[in-house]
Amino acid sequence: MTLAAGVQGSSPALNIIIFGVFVLITLVIVFRASRNTKTASDYYAAGRAFTGPQNGIAISGDYLSAASFLGIAGAIAVNGYDGFLYSIGFLVAWLVALLLVAELLRNTGKFTMGDVLAFRMKQRPVRAAAAISTLAVSFFYLLAQMAGAGGLVNLLLGIEGNLGQDLVIAVVGVIMILYVLIGGMKGTTWVQIIKAALLIIGAFAMTLWVLGKYGFNLSNLFQAAIDKGGKGGAALLDPGKQYGKTGTTKLDFLSLGIALVLGTAGLPHVLMRFYTVPTARDARRSVVWAIVLIGVFYLFTLVLGYGAGAVVGPEKIAKAPGSTNAAAPLLALELGGPVLLGFIAAVAFATILAVVAGLTITASASFAHDVYANVIKKGKTSPDSEVRIARITALVIGAVAIVGGILAKEQNVAFLVALAFAVAASANLPTILYSLFWKRFNTQGALWSIYGGLIVCVVLIVFSPAVSGGAKPMIKGVDFHWFPLENPGIVSIPVSFFLGWLGTVLSKERNAKKYAEMEVRALTGAGAEKAIAH
Amino acid sequence: MISLSLRRNGVDHGNGKAGDAVSSAEREVVGGVGPETDWERVQNSPEFARLRRRLRVFVFPMTALFLAWYLLYVLLADYAHGFMSTKLFGNITVGLVLGLLQFVSTFVITGLYVRYANRKLDPVADELRAEIEGEQRR
Repeated sequence: MTLAAGVQGSSPALNIIIFGVFVLITLVIVFRASRNTKTASDYYAAGRAFTGPQNGIAISGDYLSAASFLGIAGAIAVNGYDGFLYSIGFLVAWLVALLLVAELLRNTGKFTMGDVLAFRMKQRPVRAAAAISTLAVSFFYLLAQMAGAGGLVNLLLGIEGNLGQDLVIAVVGVIMILYVLIGGMKGTTWVQIIKAALLIIGAFAMTLWVLGKYGFNLSNLFQAAIDKGGKGGAALLDPGKQYGKTGTTKLDFLSLGIALVLGTAGLPHVLMRFYTVPTARDARRSVVWAIVLIGVFYLFTLVLGYGAGAVVGPEKIAKAPGSTNAAAPLLALELGGPVLLGFIAAVAFATILAVVAGLTITASASFAHDVYANVIKKGKTSPDSEVRIARITALVIGAVAIVGGILAKEQNVAFLVALAFAVAASANLPTILYSLFWKRFNTQGALWSIYGGLIVCVVLIVFSPAVSGGAKPMIKGVDFHWFPLENPGIVSIPVSFFLGWLGTVLSKERNAKKYAEMEVRALTGAGAEKAIAH
Repeated sequence: MISLSLRRNGVDHGNGKAGDAVSSAEREVVGGVGPETDWERVQNSPEFARLRRRLRVFVFPMTALFLAWYLLYVLLADYAHGFMSTKLFGNITVGLVLGLLQFVSTFVITGLYVRYANRKLDPVADELRAEIEGEQRR
């Protein structure tokens, strides 16, 4: 397959120039932002000085990853209604974060998820567990993003051969490391904000364009998608095209739905963003902004997905390199020619860059703050050396991401993201909710729910048809699966809740005094970390 | 107006003799809380109980509601294909309308919570925090 001819009419040079301009502008901003990055609070939490709306835009930038933009539009174009269900799960999940987690977490924590989970527990074991699950979720999420980068290179830049693609993945990784090392959380946040604005504006323009083409009549757009869809066209508006085949696939869909709605509020890189604002009220405001932006964006992807089906057609999409991921870029090409494609391509790259940077800073903060400072050094370390460790960790994670991205190039991006959600919903969410709301909860319960959820989830994934024996397995040629579902959420999430309860009641440890402090601080904001004025 | 009598070092902050008496009595009950804020005292105060009740009475039922509504939608899309494919007008199906209603309900619940939090939670939380932090500074 010649990759250069991947998308006819695409101009790789133009794509690279537009992307280069984005990288230059953001690097300048990151440099400017870095002038004030001095303390640990600056590096991890941007001095807690972002406003609610700014943080809300950055959250949507973090959340609307390449899987959301390219993946959902493509899934709708090819599988119709079933693709739409992803966006609904991803959006409704934010209510869990808004109602139960965001404000209480902002009031009780400092830099990481471990701060909250270990608040009233034995510090070292719980922080170690929180860091391990943070690293696990971030790793799966990182792999998904880097694999997406590989696919995009293939599709948009017309770079031929494995070596060329690997090089581009490495370049993406290096730029991302620069953002994180230089800019810390503040620089990363500004990259997210710029990227979110570009992505939402770009998607809005294309949505108007598509709707205008069909007289601003949704029904006409659907009709065009059905007509263009050929044999499978009529089924595009009905649920079940992708997941409705057998009883097992239906159960799989239910499992996916549960993991999506419960995963968001357990994603460490989303949780960490709540520390970048000065108060819990700003954390609330940022979730509101995020919900509105993310919701509106998913409505755009509905139009874009069916628009790609109608304008480009599912056959052409399936044949394009990157297959379903190509739907949105191909639609851009049909609508606005190489210039619009170049813009959308650059935005898609920027998306990956920004999300990977956000994940890296989260994972490095968790390692430096939870493992190094609190587990290894038992809290006896200076903030300076903690930040130095965080920077070194960011370098290591960046290198792992580059290698992982090169290895995971061929993997299914949506699968990896759903995996990260399942792990987050199993290992993190039960522990967070118990911690915040259950007085009796204790160290053993926390450890059982984190490790239990994590282990059950990962084991079920390893022995699922997604890894071996399925339709598109990660490991071909062997079949060692015994768990019938691709997504483990329907089993692993209840198991984690159960283990958290069981571990707690089997342990005699009580911590009413610390719970009193935690609950009062969580609800009133008394003693919460303050913003730093520069 | 909240008067919590959080004092535990016997210093009266202008609340009259009552504050003194409560704090020294409280110190004995709790025993060795140390120089910091007496969190259990706050936790057991009626003002805090009110704040907690107001929060829980909103977020728990609302969470149950939106999760049930979401689950109903997923189950319908998963197992009731015929119903979801029913066309209402043009190519607009029941499934599409229900899907869009999930967006609407998410936006509505967000708006309701923000209004509720601004009116019912923030004022109580602010007063309690002022009381506690005023105490800590001394």
